[in-house]
Amino acid sequence: MAIVLDLLVQFGQMFLVLALAPLLTGFVRKVKAHLLRRQGPPLVQPYRDLLRLLRKEVVLAHTASWVFRAAPYLIFATTWVAAALVPTFATGLIFSYAADMIAIVALLGSARFMLALAGLDIGTSFGGIGSSREMMIASLAEPAMLMVTFTLSLLAGSTQLSSIAAFMQGSAVGLRVSLALALVGLVMVAIAENARIPVDNPATHLELTMVHEAMILEYSGRHLAVIEAAAFLKLLLYVSIIACVFFPWGIAVSGQGLAAYLGGVGVYVLKLAVGGFLLAVFETAIAKMRVFRVPDFLGAALMLGFLAALLLFVTKAG
Amino acid sequence: MDQLALDVAHLFAGGLVLVSFMLLYQDRMTGLVNVFALHALVVSSSVAWQANIQQAPHLYITAAIALAVKAFVIPMALHRIIVRLGIHREIDPVVGIGQTMLAGIGLVALSIMVMLPITAQAGTLAREDLAFALSVVLLGLLMMISRRNAVSQVIGFMSIENGLILAATGAKGMPLVVEISVAFSILVALIVIGVFLFRIRERFDSVDIHTLHEHRGEQP
Amino acid sequence: MALQGLLWCVGALLATSVAAIAVAQRRAGTAVVYGIALCVSATALGVAGTCLVTGSSLTGTLTLPIGLPWLGARFRLDALAAFFLVVVNLGSATASLFGLGYGRHEEVPGRVLPFFPAFLAGMNLVVLAGDAFTFLFTWELMSLSSWALVMAHHRRSGNAAAGYLYLIMASFGTLALLLAFGLLAGPNGDYAFEAIRAAPPAAGVAGVVLALALVGAGSKAGLVPLHVWLPLAHPAAPSHVSALMSGVMTKVAVYGFVRIVFDLLGAPTWWWGALVALLGGVTAFMGVLHALMEHDLKRLLAYHTVENIGIIFIGLGLALAFEANEMRAAAALALTAALFHVFNHSVFKSLLFFGSGAVLSATGERDMEHLGGLIHRMPLTAFAFLVGSAAISALPPFNGFVSEWLTFQAILLSPGLPQWLLKFLVPAIGALLALSAALAAACFVKAFGVTFLGRPRTDAARDATETDRYSLAAMFILAALCLIAGILPGYFIDALAPVTQALAGAHLPRQEELDWLTIVPVAQSRSSYNGLLLFLFIALAAGLGAEAIHRWASGALRRSPPWDCGFPDPSPATQYTAGSFSQPIRRVFGEVVFRAREEVHMPPPGDLGAAQMHVHMRDLLWDVFYAPIAGLVGFAANRLNKVQFLTIRAYLTLVFGALVVLLMVLAIWR
Repeated sequence: MAIVLDLLVQFGQMFLVLALAPLLTGFVRKVKAHLLRRQGPPLVQPYRDLLRLLRKEVVLAHTASWVFRAAPYLIFATTWVAAALVPTFATGLIFSYAADMIAIVALLGSARFMLALAGLDIGTSFGGIGSSREMMIASLAEPAMLMVTFTLSLLAGSTQLSSIAAFMQGSAVGLRVSLALALVGLVMVAIAENARIPVDNPATHLELTMVHEAMILEYSGRHLAVIEAAAFLKLLLYVSIIACVFFPWGIAVSGQGLAAYLGGVGVYVLKLAVGGFLLAVFETAIAKMRVFRVPDFLGAALMLGFLAALLLFVTKAG
Repeated sequence: MDQLALDVAHLFAGGLVLVSFMLLYQDRMTGLVNVFALHALVVSSSVAWQANIQQAPHLYITAAIALAVKAFVIPMALHRIIVRLGIHREIDPVVGIGQTMLAGIGLVALSIMVMLPITAQAGTLAREDLAFALSVVLLGLLMMISRRNAVSQVIGFMSIENGLILAATGAKGMPLVVEISVAFSILVALIVIGVFLFRIRERFDSVDIHTLHEHRGEQP
Repeated sequence: MALQGLLWCVGALLATSVAAIAVAQRRAGTAVVYGIALCVSATALGVAGTCLVTGSSLTGTLTLPIGLPWLGARFRLDALAAFFLVVVNLGSATASLFGLGYGRHEEVPGRVLPFFPAFLAGMNLVVLAGDAFTFLFTWELMSLSSWALVMAHHRRSGNAAAGYLYLIMASFGTLALLLAFGLLAGPNGDYAFEAIRAAPPAAGVAGVVLALALVGAGSKAGLVPLHVWLPLAHPAAPSHVSALMSGVMTKVAVYGFVRIVFDLLGAPTWWWGALVALLGGVTAFMGVLHALMEHDLKRLLAYHTVENIGIIFIGLGLALAFEANEMRAAAALALTAALFHVFNHSVFKSLLFFGSGAVLSATGERDMEHLGGLIHRMPLTAFAFLVGSAAISALPPFNGFVSEWLTFQAILLSPGLPQWLLKFLVPAIGALLALSAALAAACFVKAFGVTFLGRPRTDAARDATETDRYSLAAMFILAALCLIAGILPGYFIDALAPVTQALAGAHLPRQEELDWLTIVPVAQSRSSYNGLLLFLFIALAAGLGAEAIHRWASGALRRSPPWDCGFPDPSPATQYTAGSFSQPIRRVFGEVVFRAREEVHMPPPGDLGAAQMHVHMRDLLWDVFYAPIAGLVGFAANRLNKVQFLTIRAYLTLVFGALVVLLMVLAIWR
């Protein structure tokens, strides 16, 4: 009986992240519009966009292969699994021991691998632009994320996200310089990975300024809906990681009962709102960088992560 | 509470290292001056916090001087110099920004490697603060040698001084008179450098070091 | 018992090699030779695998009365040898299976068939060798037979030069190993491994032996800066031999290094670990950057081998550092990570080379810039190559991710190391490893994407056909192994336990008792990974998503020309090439590492001539390291050339002078 309940809670988290992901993107767009003195689309517009795309027919190029048709589902599956494993309202759920941070980084890497292949599949130059730029960004963003993971694991003594979140909630951590450096590095990586300004413009119509949009240029209909859902989930994933690691107050512990879980959900939604608001303010305040300034940006993130890990290596007792 | 106070001081020191890296990252003159103002702000906040936990009220005055002079007066003066000289475009680094930052990381590692074994008796946080202060000094020197533009060299020189202030206030007690003299000498140096920059710019239409180098005497 | 069986297998291979000289020209010769090699390798694989898993007959030694009269040839089978025999024979069996199909396209079977079984026999014998003389002799057998295979198509441009360079580097490596064994044997000259193990050398001598072993075994494995022969020689051989050289022979070199340093050299010092790990990190980074700049498919794979060898040596270096500091559990973890990566790399690198061999025999092209769109013409090969690419890019749930995860866990245990240099070096090596992993994924997106996806760029690619059943069978067996090793890594880690116990004095906790096939390298609270669960989750999520879409979405689909922003694009030349795909990465990393410069010649407006872009890259290692040495050797050879043309009286004077000098030395030394 207890096992069934635990499974239900875990599956609840899985569907919660899927339900909240388009809402987060809608909220970010709404805040950005208000900052630009526009009304902006309604909060639930992303849901409507997904439904509209689902109802349209797929227009498939003659040169598309099975990789092009299977990639959206694989991208969605890996991103959803990664997002479902990150603790959102409670730590210590039944499958939380599988939520290894290195595994989550690698799952996102799988999604990116399939997306880059889909970009190259049709054989046009725009897909190639997107894929090659995406792999350049990934070649620096993924190591930066791994160095942040190292920093967190060295502090918490574990690579499991659940244990890291539980450690951060405890009083043993204090204010550490390495944590501040890791936070800045993680925020920079999150901006790059989610194709946000200043790295990539999610709302651009100019193909030569696209990275993520160029890879999915040939997608339409239900395939495009699935890929868009995966992009929403990725943003939610990164905000959830930042929230559960660096601002873990209010997360319930597994077994505390339904009231604690509901409270955890409320705090989680609040954290998502704050994160979305800050992202919108940042995106509005800063201009997009030219493409070859992005390696400097991500190189700085890698340096920060490396410095944070180095400090911990050097000061940890033998 | 005591641990929290030390942690905050440590955080300021780490923040100063972070802002020094931001100085290395800039590729525009106006951005550079603004980040330098932030650098001075962090230093003055750090000195004010030290004044709080060391119960040394004269350090408040040091913090106020650093804030007023380095975070307001000097950046405003530099902004005007930049506009007058017309060099508010890009900074020309000698090697790429990525390599400069990699060298910066190496310098931080070097200062940690030097400081931590030497100061083995002191507490962990104090040792790390000293290592951070040395890193800020070294990063300021790196900035001076890796930029071609004379104004960015001036900023590098002043960030070295910020690092020294961080180190000096980290240890207990620094006399006020020393700080006043140091601050005034910096201000004088800045005025002199500014005057010279105007003269150089008038004569040679450029403040690029390489152009100036060609006009040295005793060239074969 | 098992040892005798394995030696009989080797004997069968040598006999096949001799017989192949006769049957090579017959029509059935290829099938006979590869068939026998397949059966023998499969038998040896079974025997070695059983020994490793059950732990039986792992202490046999055998002395055969061949070789030097007073020495004989000692062979022994222990846990380390059994593991590497599994790796070698798995590669040999699949290569023979591939050869059954691929060998039919061979133009000169007489130059390939006699040397192939000899190569397999040489590799098996190196792993089984029990004394230094046997080891070196069989090492040379392995080198020479693979050299003969590299020179099989010697009329093709570049192959002869590659073979020449290979011969020089192989001889140089054997010289270093000879000196290493000489130092190990000591003044008594007892070459047997048991005698060497019983009498470990002093610390200074041990350091010199480590350096020599690093040079000797490292040059065969492909450590920077001794890797230069590898990207030239590995692609020159026939594809299944390339797979064996990259996937298996480099592992035999790793075996040589592990045997000398971990087994025969006694207790390590901490700076050994620092040196080995640093070389490994630099090798990994440089290897993958070179691979990104290549557009020849087989050279890309060969450079990638260099990267993976770097990853293996990072694990080995960490194991040495941990062992020097008596952190035995951590040493076992690092060693397990390195050895598991040995197995994984041999599996997926062989798979990828088989794929490139299939492409080569179907299209006649190795250059990716002349391929494209092959997924429509060769769907099964493309699928197997995709699995190999995903595995080598360390994507879950495949096996590459598991060994990389274990290496990262070993790095995370390193703050416990007390030495200051290690405290600074290990996070830097961790950053290099992370960078290499990300760049490897980029490299294989390029390799798979440009070769198999898109549109065909030449007629050869347009007219390609699928390969034969044997090649496909070999590739699919390896692809299945990639998935199995990723989902069930616990069994492999348990199989490695006796090896790490013998070498590092500890082993990882037994993994098969953990539920759901999780692996826990250190402690449950610290970290765990469950490949099966991840695979099931991904399958479940993909299934749920697909089901939901098919239930509620419109199922309509229409084929049309590509959108391409409304640009009607008839020519496949406008799609991205390998060079253009790697241009951003070349610009970010290559400008420093390779001094990469692009030069664009644009014709003036109105001129109908083509624009040209040249990319100038310099291999700094070649310019700084090898070119001066080659120049010096040439200079010395030119000077010494005068000795060829002396008069008879001058020669007599030389002989007389040498005799007088030797007598003087004898007199003084007495």
